[in-house]
Amino acid sequence: MKAFRTLWASAGLLWLPGPALSAWQLNLPVPRSEIARQIHDLHTLILWVCVGIFVVVFGVMFYALWRHRKAAGHAARHFHENTAVEVAWTAIPFLILVGMAWPATRTILAQKDTSDPDLTVKVTGYQWKWEYDYLQEGVKYLSVLATPREQIENRAAKGEHYLLEVDEPLVVPVGRKVRVLLTANDVIHAWWVPALGVKQDAIPGFIRDTWFRAAAVGTYRGQCAELCGRDHAFMPIVVEVKSEADYRAWLADRKAKLAAAAAEAGKAFGLDELKARGEKVYAANCAACHQPDGKGIPGVFPAVDGSKVALGPRQGHIEVVLHGRPGTAMAAFGPQLSDVDLAAVVTYQRNAWGNRTGEAVQPAEVRALRK
Amino acid sequence: MQATHAPEHGHGPPGGLMRWVTTTNHKDIGTLYLWFAGVMFFVAGSMAMLIRAELFQPGLQLVQPEVFNQLTTLHGLIMIFGVIMPAFTGFANWQVPLMIGAPDMAFPRMNNWSFWLLPVAAAFLVGSTLLPGGAVAGGWTMYPPLFIQGGISYDLTIFAVHIMGASSIMGAINIITTILNMRAPGMGMMKLPLFVWTWLITAFLLIAVMPVLAGAVTMLLTDRNFGTHFFDAAGGGDPVLFQHVFWFFGHPEVYILILPAFGIISTILPTFARKPLFGYASMVYATASIAILSFLVWAHHMFTVGLPAGAQLFFMYATMLIAVPTGVKVFNWVATLWRGSMTFETPMLFAVAFVCLFTIGGFSGLVLAMAPVDIQLHDTYYVVAHFHYVLVSGALFSIYAGVYYWLPKWTGHMYDERLGRWHFWLSAISFNVLFFPQHFLGLAGMPRRIPDYALQFADFNRISSIGGFVFGASQILLLIVIVKCIRGGARAEARAWEGAQGLEWTVPSPAPYHTFLEPDVAERHLSPPLPQAGGPPSGDEGRGEGYAPELR
Ligand code: HEC
Ligand SMILES: [Cu+2]
Ligand SMILES: [Cu+2]
Repeated sequence: MKAFRTLWASAGLLWLPGPALSAWQLNLPVPRSEIARQIHDLHTLILWVCVGIFVVVFGVMFYALWRHRKAAGHAARHFHENTAVEVAWTAIPFLILVGMAWPATRTILAQKDTSDPDLTVKVTGYQWKWEYDYLQEGVKYLSVLATPREQIENRAAKGEHYLLEVDEPLVVPVGRKVRVLLTANDVIHAWWVPALGVKQDAIPGFIRDTWFRAAAVGTYRGQCAELCGRDHAFMPIVVEVKSEADYRAWLADRKAKLAAAAAEAGKAFGLDELKARGEKVYAANCAACHQPDGKGIPGVFPAVDGSKVALGPRQGHIEVVLHGRPGTAMAAFGPQLSDVDLAAVVTYQRNAWGNRTGEAVQPAEVRALRK
Repeated sequence: MQATHAPEHGHGPPGGLMRWVTTTNHKDIGTLYLWFAGVMFFVAGSMAMLIRAELFQPGLQLVQPEVFNQLTTLHGLIMIFGVIMPAFTGFANWQVPLMIGAPDMAFPRMNNWSFWLLPVAAAFLVGSTLLPGGAVAGGWTMYPPLFIQGGISYDLTIFAVHIMGASSIMGAINIITTILNMRAPGMGMMKLPLFVWTWLITAFLLIAVMPVLAGAVTMLLTDRNFGTHFFDAAGGGDPVLFQHVFWFFGHPEVYILILPAFGIISTILPTFARKPLFGYASMVYATASIAILSFLVWAHHMFTVGLPAGAQLFFMYATMLIAVPTGVKVFNWVATLWRGSMTFETPMLFAVAFVCLFTIGGFSGLVLAMAPVDIQLHDTYYVVAHFHYVLVSGALFSIYAGVYYWLPKWTGHMYDERLGRWHFWLSAISFNVLFFPQHFLGLAGMPRRIPDYALQFADFNRISSIGGFVFGASQILLLIVIVKCIRGGARAEARAWEGAQGLEWTVPSPAPYHTFLEPDVAERHLSPPLPQAGGPPSGDEGRGEGYAPELR
């Protein structure tokens, strides 16, 4: 019933002006890389060829529909088959196709040429976030949807970049050839940034590559393009293209933060400190399945609230999170999260909702159980 | 035995429900298939309505994402396996024996069996929505590893696919045997009505690829339950292998969904243009070439998985090549209309709309065939628009055209022409409002299979949803027309349409329960050729063999 009320309410909203950002965009986005430009031009070419053929063929057809009506007194002429005409309408389309295949072949070969990159980033798809790993720099982080839940559930006004914003974008220098190595951890995802003309599936267990060279500084947005489960719509991609100097500065800042985090790992934390941090980790990594209230979705994702694992021995709990449960949606979080974050989220699960173990799990315990 | 009954004798069926459960009559079974398709159409159509309602505006309103994914998956599976394929099989059951002058299908009992498997499979699919975790939500393409993650309903779906596949294969065997062995004397292969030709080729496609699909889903089943690792890299498998196998089935499958449509359109256009099809032989050859090429293009669904450049080029060229025979078909239809004497009853309206709108779907297909452009458009709403242009304004409109065209033969009554035209115009207009804007959405970057989207996509989604609601509501008209037509209406003559050619129009309307029991019944109609409406046939001199208009 609630559904119907919403339906009627939406019908009422019908004639109000749409959100200011509705762009009525009719074409591919403005290309911001050489490949994207070639794709754009190729599409324009085929589009006009098709429109041309359509106008000619259906011009003839609609002329016939109008002039050769019985109502207009037209008597049928019983002709059929004409070799010359039939050869022509087989050969001419063939030649047109050859004309279209030529530029397309050039672009394919260019797209496939991932040699001599200036920078290589390994991108890993997870349900439902991306991980960026700057292989030559030792910098690695997760990139998660930043749109608040309230906006998605219509409890707050939607922001300008609704569903196309992340906490940590991929940052690359302008004008450099960036080679992207793609893989996935759980199911197939696809990494897609329209303005840069790249889309490549991320396949678990395999590494595929693609490349782009951004032509202008700016922020480019895309989305996961392969159905990857529940929150497929909620794992956007944001690429920030910076000038060389800004990129260097960003990289230095990143490395400093990493060093600070490494120093942290040896430390022992208090229960409240871990719970507070764990709540954030949980919201970003676990709540999509186990739900913010820890109750899960019956039959699909088990409850953590009151679960035997979360109330049982700590080692079992840490191991589930660290190594996952193979063959189920419960992924291994060991490779994704730091020891501190893992300790925090396990502590949180053991002390949130109805779970009251009062135990703090320390990063050192997690480290001991790795491998 | 049976041949001693004249068809007019009206050797009637047993009464009651058992008639339908036990029937081996091709007309009864055709009717069952068509009603089944109709019911499933409204089931899967309601799912589409929910999808469009959720997408009416940004944000999550009606359904949660996991339910949304179930809706898109079931909508796809049911529309393909529960609506379009059974509807065409229904046409084949009714029309193939009538068109070739055969008394029934070759294997009547198997025919009964292949129909009654379908409701079982449908019950599994629809019923799985009630299971814990809900119905299958991994997309109709069932890609692993996502498909491996699902619950019990995923196993049920695999089972349902197996059952539907068995049903299709039995149906195909029946159709092939009937066409090859039971043609009326004098009906050579190159005199077969085009609808029969297209179904013959379709049936071979079915036999070739349904086992491939069965193999693919069996591997999913064992990966899920019995510890194999066909598609699991951790055990030495490869998730992309599934896609290769699936699309080796999947691309011929799209021709399974469209070749019978070509046959229906090639039957209807000449009737209402009152002149023979322009190029009968080239239509047959074009259909066969499309069928053969359809085995060589599967990886055009996989341009983003990271194929090597050589494979991308091969599959791009092969796919573009399919445009040639498809073009031949469209040109043939236009030439058939040229200098005809046309009238525009509802079947003709749908057939003309088919030619026009299917061609738009063909053009967007050509755009997608260009691998570099496909890399932008793959898995976006552009693809959604493309396949709805070929499957709704293509396959479905041809089914509508065929239903209106043969309803008089099936029921003995003319349908309500005014309502039929309303149904056509509402459907044709709302269809375009529904799907044309989706091209823009895809180009602008909206992925498919998402329950919520960025604000820039809001306007076109709203327009598309409005078109969707109107389209959905308009289909109720079709139901009304059919029920009205069954219950009464102007008496249909044996030859219900002035320009209609073919053996089915030589038997009374409604077609008696048994037809063509004596082989020479057909022969009597083959020579001499009946005079055609609009003057005697001309231009047939070049054909060598005697031109028999009844056979076109
Ligand atoms: C993609 C969905 C998903 C995400 C995200 C996810 N889980 Fe799970 N989790 C599952 C599923 C499914 C199971 C049940 C696996 C099984 O069948 O044994 C599970 C099981 C568990 C269990 C064991 C529960 C029990 O009673 O057996 C724990 C503990 C757990 N997850 C913790 C976490 C933590 C911590 C996170 C975040 C870091 C997380 N999960 C993220 C899907 C998920
Ligand atoms: Cu994804
Ligand atoms: Cu295909």
